[in-house]
Amino acid sequence: MFCTKKGYAVVRERCCAMEDEQTIVLEFTLKGSDFNAAGETSSKIKKVLQQIGVKSDIIRRIAISSYEAEMNVIIHAYQGKVRATIYPDRTELVVEDEGPGIADIGLAMQEGYSTAPDHVREMGFGAGMGLPNMARCSDKFDIQSAVEEGTKITMTIFHNA
Amino acid sequence: MNLKEIQKMLEAELVCGAEWLGREVACACGADLMSDVLAFTKERTLLLTGMTNIQVIRTAEMSDCVGIVFVRGKKPGQDVIELAIENKLPLFVTNFPMYEACGVLYEKGLCGCARAVLRHGG
Repeated sequence: MFCTKKGYAVVRERCCAMEDEQTIVLEFTLKGSDFNAAGETSSKIKKVLQQIGVKSDIIRRIAISSYEAEMNVIIHAYQGKVRATIYPDRTELVVEDEGPGIADIGLAMQEGYSTAPDHVREMGFGAGMGLPNMARCSDKFDIQSAVEEGTKITMTIFHNA
Repeated sequence: MNLKEIQKMLEAELVCGAEWLGREVACACGADLMSDVLAFTKERTLLLTGMTNIQVIRTAEMSDCVGIVFVRGKKPGQDVIELAIENKLPLFVTNFPMYEACGVLYEKGLCGCARAVLRHGG
């Protein structure tokens, strides 16, 4: 299902495409610098998880992981995609962007390291906590990045952890 | 401690969410840095903040906060209020500045998130 939401950066989304009977795939498109829309994607993912009855503490970890990654795309990239695949026992989040990439992933994973501009910090973000927090909230975390190309983050959160 | 009691202690104006005033609050976090809220709060946290942008509501939504208190008398815009209502998040405005608002609640026994972890074991 494709739909256009007037006034929002998430102009294309494919909701609740059933890959098989027990798997839900949610796909969203993100646009860089659209701070008004930031969080809509994670909100939708969270609401689907609530509808299917995943435990609240697990949903919280998935929502925070997704939101941190979504904010990173909005803050740093030109555009990006979020794909949430919800299996009976786990949720996999893949957040991929076209953007400046990360030159030193080890440095970016350190708490407090940030390249976010001042206007982002004034909104309460860009404190250098995003990537470490994603790693902390997820059971599996992988980050791949190429400078001047983009970044891909893959996270898995088990539902019965 | 529930939200109704907290509203009274902070002499706060209720902006929206009268139907959720009976909610119990586990702990509180005073922060303008949303990154810290995402990293360090627990479920059923009350958020006190001086920020009034829409990302405060999104952050509270993802973090399962029970409500938000805006300090120093700062009132959120209509778009922020509407998103809060959509997410069943009660909003309050208190004239107390951050330090004093947190101090009042702490003195009355509402602990911080780190203490809540120690008390409940995670």
